[in-house]
Parts: sequence; structure tokens; C-alpha cells
Amino acid sequence: MSDKEPLFSKKNLSLLTDPLNSKNPITVQVLGICSALAVTAQLKPAVVMSLAVMVVTAFSNFTISLLRNGIPNRIRIIVQLVVIAALVIVVDQLLKAYVYDVSKQLSVFVGLIITNCIIMGRLEAFALGNKPIPAFLDGIGNGAGYGLILVIVAFFRELLGSGTIWGYHVIPASWYIDNGGWYSNNGMMILPPMALITVGMIIWVQRSKNRDLIED
Amino acid sequence: MKAIRNLFDKAKPHFEKGGKFHMFKSVFGGMETFMFVPNHTNKNGTHIRDYVDLKRTMVIVVLSLIPALLFGMYNIGYQHNLAVGETTDFWQTFFYGFIRVLPIIVVSYVTGLGIEFAAAQMRGHEINEGFLVSGMLIPLVMPINTPLWMIAVATAFAVIFGKEVFGGTGMNILNPALTARAFLFFAYPSFMSGDSVWTRIGAGSHAVDGYSGATAMAQAAQGHPITYSVSDMFFGFIPGSIGETSTVAILIGAAILIWTGVGSWKIMLSAVLGGTVMGILLNIFAVNAYMAIPFWEHFIMGGFAFGVVFMATDPVSAAQTPKGKWIYGFLIGFLAILIRVVNPAYPEGVMLAILLMNVFAPLIDHYVVEGNIKRRMKRATVKA
Repeated sequence: MSDKEPLFSKKNLSLLTDPLNSKNPITVQVLGICSALAVTAQLKPAVVMSLAVMVVTAFSNFTISLLRNGIPNRIRIIVQLVVIAALVIVVDQLLKAYVYDVSKQLSVFVGLIITNCIIMGRLEAFALGNKPIPAFLDGIGNGAGYGLILVIVAFFRELLGSGTIWGYHVIPASWYIDNGGWYSNNGMMILPPMALITVGMIIWVQRSKNRDLIED
Repeated sequence: MKAIRNLFDKAKPHFEKGGKFHMFKSVFGGMETFMFVPNHTNKNGTHIRDYVDLKRTMVIVVLSLIPALLFGMYNIGYQHNLAVGETTDFWQTFFYGFIRVLPIIVVSYVTGLGIEFAAAQMRGHEINEGFLVSGMLIPLVMPINTPLWMIAVATAFAVIFGKEVFGGTGMNILNPALTARAFLFFAYPSFMSGDSVWTRIGAGSHAVDGYSGATAMAQAAQGHPITYSVSDMFFGFIPGSIGETSTVAILIGAAILIWTGVGSWKIMLSAVLGGTVMGILLNIFAVNAYMAIPFWEHFIMGGFAFGVVFMATDPVSAAQTPKGKWIYGFLIGFLAILIRVVNPAYPEGVMLAILLMNVFAPLIDHYVVEGNIKRRMKRATVKA
């Protein structure tokens, strides 16, 4: 960094925080929806998935940015895929080694991080034209923006659908109809359509707070 | 009548701009136009207004639902008596059902209208009257044992996600009452299907030996012979959702709808045709008992009649073009019977068939209109 830009300059900081709100990959750019619907039935897989995606975006952004002047333009997609695939395999192995049951729940969706549009999108839009450190921060920021939405969706889906949070029962057992109460879990929250509706509600709330995002 | 008019005239200034209740203008407007036909005229262009506006149309649909509702109340009591082995006179039986159906209706209206009023207020719109019908349809398609809070949740879901997010009455893609039912069906399946949800046993009493409470459709789906006689199924003395059991009561409603021109006879007729075609096809290729039951029995059991008469004909979510209505109705009947018989996970196909065709209705209309344009283009001769 020849111009001696500090690591957390205003510009770099906005790379981290913009994706959380006004440039959110899910609610604003509407990328990576498929995995957001698939892994958010419970909080734990959603958090693990978010971390995995964050790591992959950050390091693939970093690597591609390092290589950006050496990659021939015509084969850049292949090079990007090789980098992403290598990182995803590493992440997958780590998950299998340390959190095996979550990794089983996530099943194919870890492998499918390769095709997650957010990662390719950030590589194309940012890493190919920026220096490694900002590219790394951009990757972290977008991974966090993705993760934020995943965690919010998963929180509501797990709470209303299974009556638990992070696997712990939070709805008193005596409320349930089987035990003489009146409550019953909402089975529809477990189904993917409700994730779509929950994402829709988040978009609704976000745009009513942040009116610049409303398209015509 | 005069007294009510005076009351409104006296209260009106408070709701005008600058009045102390201006905030609640849309509530006042809604009440006023509910009681009296609005007397404002068009400012530009020529439009013909008659007295049958949206509110009057809705009231006719509610009227046509009354026979099914009253019979449903009686049948709740009747089924209860069967289950616990009692006999009571007509009015006691009716009252037993009445006292249990009433809270469901109240919850449905209070939740739905509450959200409608709030939404209209927030957006500064007039209050939509569409919920008058949905609020009556929702209780009629519920099993009697559905907890009230579930009805409130489902109604809220249907009004917000079925209607308000699309822009309110007239803009919805799906029929709101069916949306409410579909929501409950997927969210709380154990309360919407099975043998025990259709009959109110009541605390402190228990079912007599040999009473199962299975509906005709459940029996058919499990391959058992249907134990209900054809006349019981036609008149409605069978377990089922509150308003769906009596084909006779529904036919009275259908007659009112067709006579007043509010419901489309094209959709009703074509749905029955579609059901007939599918039923006959299944009869011909029958490999099990369900496929072999005569096709016309499908029309008198389950929610076929109710769905076709009151749900499929919803003018907002149905196809609009005359030819489109034939296609739309035919496919509803066709798919309803197909889902019913072939898919064991969904014992009642009518709800899903109507919702599916609701989604396709704009597409059907699009192609009907395009076809019409093409045909007329061919007929046109170019004069250079």
C-alpha cells in the first residue's frame, strides 16, 4: 500500500458496513437466496453456514485480488472457480472434522457455496479491480451481510417452527397442547416458503426504514 | 333509516379536514358507505354507476353463504350428538353448534377487519370491503375444533400476505379465505386433518364405542367403503368443515349467486365438467377402490361443492375473460379430483387446485386476449 492508507480508513470501514444494510447481498442485491432458504430452519446451521461463506468470500477475494494482474481476462472465470473450489473443500473438511453433525445437516449446501452468486459477484465486481486488503475487507463485509440475514431468518424460523433457539427449548413445555396447554409449533415455518416470506418481511422493514432503496 | 342518516350527517364534520377525528376519516367513510350508497358522481369522463357497488355485491355473497352457515351450525350439534350418543331436539342441537361457531366468526371478523382498518388508515386509503366475504368464508372452511388463536393467526396471515402486500382488495392473486386455510393446513396439519378434528366432543364427555369421526373422504382415501349414505352426504349430515358438508345448502347459495349475476355460472359449470371428466377417466382406469367410486359422489363429499361455488368464483382471483373462465373452471375440477384420488398426502384437493389455478388465471387471460387479438388481426384487411 504505497499511499499509506490506514487499515480502517473511512473507505475501508464502509466496505465492511455497507453490505450490512444499504448494499446487503440478500435483501438489496437479491443474491444467494437459494442457500438462505435451505439452511435457515435452525439457528446453528445458519451460523455455521454464514461463517463458511464469510471465510470463502474473504479469502477468495484476497487471492483473486493478489492474482488480478496476472489472470488473462478470457479465462478469469475458470481461475476464480479453482480458487473458490479449493477454499470450499478446505472449509468442508474443517466442518467435517470439528462440527460433524452440523456439517451433515448442511449436507450439499457447503459444496454449493462454490455456486453462491455472492462470491462470484464480489470477485467480478470488486476483487478484480482492487487491492488485496480492501478486497479482503469487502469479502468479510459481504459474508457478514449474508450472515446477518441468515441469522435473523433462522432465529424466527427456529423459534416459531420448533420452539427452540440454538437447540434449547424456550417455549415452556406446559404451553403445548399435548401437555394440556394451547400452543403448537408452526410447521410451515420449517418449510422453505416461509423463509422466502421472512426474507420478504425483512426487505419490507428495511425499505420502509431506508427509503433510498425503494425502486421506482 | 332517517335517524342513522342524521347521525352520520351530524358526525361528518368531525371527520372532515380539520375536524378532531380527521385521523379516522377512512373508518368513518367505510361505515357511511356501508350503510348508504355513496352519492358522489364522476368528475370527468362517462361512467355508469348503479347501486350495486362492491359493498352491495359482497353482501349478496354473504347472504348466499347463510344457508351453508346455518346448516353447518346444526350439523355441528348433530355430529356431537352422534358422537356422544345423545338425542336433543332441533333447537338444542342447533344452539350447540351456534354457540361454538359464533366465536370463530367473531375472531375471523375482528382480526381481519382490524388489520384492514389499520392498513387503510396507514395508507390513507378508503376501507376495503373485501373482507366482509372472506371473514365469513374463513370460519366456514375450518374444522370446528380449530383453536381460536390459530384462526386469528391464519386470518392475519391471509389478510397481510394474501391481500395487503399486493395492494388490498381487488389486487390479490390468491383467494384470501383459501390462503388462510392453506396456511393452517401446512402450519398445523394435526389440527386440519385426521378423524378427530371434525366433531366437537366437548370436555367431560367422550365418544361412544364405534364412533370414528372419519369423513367420507378419509374413508375413501384409506380404501374403506364409505359408510355414509348418498342422501346423508347430499344433505350434509356428515363430518367435515363447518360450512362444506351440505351440498343442498351450497346449491341454494349457488342459485342466489347465479340469479344475481354475482358468481359466474361458467366457472361453476366448467368445474363440474372438469371433475366429471377426471372422475370418469379414473373410473375407467380404476386400480383401487378410491378410483372406482362413481364420479358423481366426488361432488357431494368433501369441499368440492363449497370450493367451486364460493371460492373458485371469487371475481378477483378468478379468470376474467369468458373463455378463460371455462378453462379456469375446468382445470379446477379436473385437478381437484386428481389430487384427491391420486395423492395420498393431500386428502382434499379442492383447496390446492383452486389456489394453483388462481396463480394461473392471469396467464390464461393473457393468452385468451392474445388469441382474440390474433384472430381479429387475421380478419383485418390492409388497405394501402
